[in-house]
Amino acid sequence: MLDAKIPDGQLEEKWSRYRSTAKLVSPANRKKFRIAVVGTGLAGSSLAASLGELGYAVVCFSFHDTARRAHSVAAQGGVNACKNYKNDGDTIFRMFYDTIKGGDFRAREANVYRLAECSANLIDQAVAQGVPFAREYSGYLSNRSFGGVQVSRTFYARGQTGQQLLLGAYQALMRQVEAGTVQLFTRHEFLDLVVIDGQARGVIARNMDTGAIERHGAHAVVLATGGFGKIYYLSTLAMACNASAIWRAHKRGAFFANPSWTQIHPTCLPQSGEYQSKLTLMSESLRNDGRIWVPKRVDEKRNPGEIPEAERDYYLERRYPSFGNLAPRDISSRAAKERIDAGYGVGPLKNAVYLDFSKAIGEQGLAKIQEKYGNLFRMYEKITAISAYKEPMRISPAAHFSMGGLWVDYELMTTIPGLYAVGEANFADHGANRLGANSLLQACADGYFVAPYTIPNYLAAQKAGPIDATHLAFAEAEENAQSHLQRLQNINGSTPTDDFHKALGRILYDKCGLSRSQDGLKKAIAEIRSLSEQFHSDLRVPGNSELNTELEKAGRVADYLEVGELMCYDALTREESCGAHFREEYQTPDGEAARNDKDFAFTSAWEWTGAGKEPIWHKEQLRFEFVTPSLRSYK
Amino acid sequence: MQVYLKVWRQQTKASRGHFADYSIADVSPDMSFLEMLDLLNDRLIRQGERPIEFDHDCREGICGQCGVMINGRAHGPLPNTTTCQLHMRTFADGSTIYVEPFRADAFPIKCDLKVDRSAFDRIIQVGGYVSASTGEAPEANSIPIGHATAEAAFDAAACIGCGACVATCKNSSGALFTAAKIVHLALLPQGKIEARQRVVRMVAQMDREGFGHCSNTEACQVECPQEISVLHIARMNWEYNRALLS
Repeated sequence: MLDAKIPDGQLEEKWSRYRSTAKLVSPANRKKFRIAVVGTGLAGSSLAASLGELGYAVVCFSFHDTARRAHSVAAQGGVNACKNYKNDGDTIFRMFYDTIKGGDFRAREANVYRLAECSANLIDQAVAQGVPFAREYSGYLSNRSFGGVQVSRTFYARGQTGQQLLLGAYQALMRQVEAGTVQLFTRHEFLDLVVIDGQARGVIARNMDTGAIERHGAHAVVLATGGFGKIYYLSTLAMACNASAIWRAHKRGAFFANPSWTQIHPTCLPQSGEYQSKLTLMSESLRNDGRIWVPKRVDEKRNPGEIPEAERDYYLERRYPSFGNLAPRDISSRAAKERIDAGYGVGPLKNAVYLDFSKAIGEQGLAKIQEKYGNLFRMYEKITAISAYKEPMRISPAAHFSMGGLWVDYELMTTIPGLYAVGEANFADHGANRLGANSLLQACADGYFVAPYTIPNYLAAQKAGPIDATHLAFAEAEENAQSHLQRLQNINGSTPTDDFHKALGRILYDKCGLSRSQDGLKKAIAEIRSLSEQFHSDLRVPGNSELNTELEKAGRVADYLEVGELMCYDALTREESCGAHFREEYQTPDGEAARNDKDFAFTSAWEWTGAGKEPIWHKEQLRFEFVTPSLRSYK
Repeated sequence: MQVYLKVWRQQTKASRGHFADYSIADVSPDMSFLEMLDLLNDRLIRQGERPIEFDHDCREGICGQCGVMINGRAHGPLPNTTTCQLHMRTFADGSTIYVEPFRADAFPIKCDLKVDRSAFDRIIQVGGYVSASTGEAPEANSIPIGHATAEAAFDAAACIGCGACVATCKNSSGALFTAAKIVHLALLPQGKIEARQRVVRMVAQMDREGFGHCSNTEACQVECPQEISVLHIARMNWEYNRALLS
């Protein structure tokens, strides 16, 4: 059993007790410790800036041409914080409970409580940086309610909350670059982790403009590389989002937790053709006023406006009368899939459902709906050439967020001492389903408020001073990275990388997506293995070893093929349904997820044993001392 | 639909570039412009040719990574749209489309359609922030900000840093980008304390990077995907003059 090193004491005392007793590094010694932060999204930027402010020597890597492009930028709806500004009874405990329930009781109590505890500080910090959150006419901060909760705790900056929070963190980071505490390497991709005597001691990175491979020694390494939902190819993620850094760290000994738990977001644009590269997310906030329906007739040919009320199936309102269209994401997505699979889907490919605003426009007026959702309706029209004021949007579920990631303990340290994972790259806080507006929060909490305390606790026991980058371990890791790239280029086959990525995505969508079965998962593993063989014998990577996007993509897809197999193992061995993980064999008579707390109240953490070999299954028992897991009903 | 492309190819910063001709017969009108380039690249790879390098990432108009000149216009023929949100239905069947990188002295070409926009980072680096270290923040509602002020600050803060303003400007001026950040922070009480040194330092850095001067043609505002107003440039100039006088 894995030990998460959770501090003793009452839930509300744990984090303050930890902070009071964690070891410190004296201000004079901090600059002698070098910390490598990989990734400059919200978690990476906020952490690198905070560590720089403390006086550590930070080296920070981004594969983008500037730190501000990381995909945190695309989060639309908001960030949760229990400020109780609305006097509606919000407390840290209530936010903790909503999050742990939303995660279907598959997250660690102490971590989730700490997340809620840090949330109020985050809003203070962001406002101090100049993040332009929405304001009431009084000048005080505005907020709104969001999927699955009954209080207003979501702070937002129009539909661009992620962008504004990221720019705040990016600017704090650039301030430290100017101050000389942070050395920023843009257009650098992580190739491998350097481990010396069991401890993380540096990274091998590649300059993507020149192809030069570099060694960077560090006393601690932090992976803040985000999620890997792009493994499905069609997803809400950016094109270059990847699992490569966490996967390569996994192959160096870091355990990978709950890899199959991917949030499939219910409100995205459906696929319209084979060429499609992306399924754009439409903010969940639309469900506050939009009603979701499909026709009651399988062979419906009429336009949506011609279908009378009595012939429409508002299936979320029908199945979940108390939450209706605001049911949590996993439940809404699954309900959409159920209707689409049963033949009631709409649109030319019959792969979507309607999200209809006509009732809201009738009740509130066009102007009000324009004010609330104007930017989203504009975006929808730009992509589809359809006005959602006149006819319902067509939406469909798409891969969105990785609840799984590197296993970390309470200090966010992986199973490799000195290697940390923060933000979406770790598995820690969301259990089997993430609540809306909690991802920005987690990235910021980890980066601003948690890791700056926990990393020094480790460094305090380390020897300061330069790291020897001529050590054999650096040479071995560099050679490993170099030969891997060379191998991909030398295959000289006939098929471009994207073909393999799309094929992998299809396998995972069908068999390890919204619903899974033993039979399907076993087939998926076999199919991925055979796809992987094809990849390694027929891949074509044109171009040289310098600036070469195809080479970057090939490296990512090589890793994705291995991650995909592990996802299927993970889903196969979890013989229950919980949150986003729905096993067809384990459902209630009315088709809801049947969780099994007796046998599966644990986190699966996988250990790499080598290519083509079965991974070793470790478990971290989840102990519920302060809440009692209940049946998660939204009916 | 059928399109004929003339795409700028240039292997490295130092090498000589040229227009290469491509023709694609089976473009779907519902494809985004970048998906059309994906399709072309797929063909090039299968034919054993080097695919076209171009910048892109989120493909939903917010990361600011994509951006090319299409028929001489930054991000293509539609106003206030990123390249990733431009769809092929905008073009007539049988069109000839010129595709070039954003051109500016401050944005050197890296390869084909990819350019180096790190000059923007260096402008932010010298002062595009409020110096609020983690932990220093007061309670958020202790800084009330009027609704109108917050909305105006947001309008400026919405900049995605794509560089279309520079690419479309006949002087390659970086004024709209720089002004957007200066005004975002100058409007807010949190940003006022450092406002004077911020504007002086950022404008000086903008000049050092080789951006041209603003001559008020207002072309930038037409192409800006976030519809950032040129009035911010006037406000920047006002802030700048005020800083010099005090």
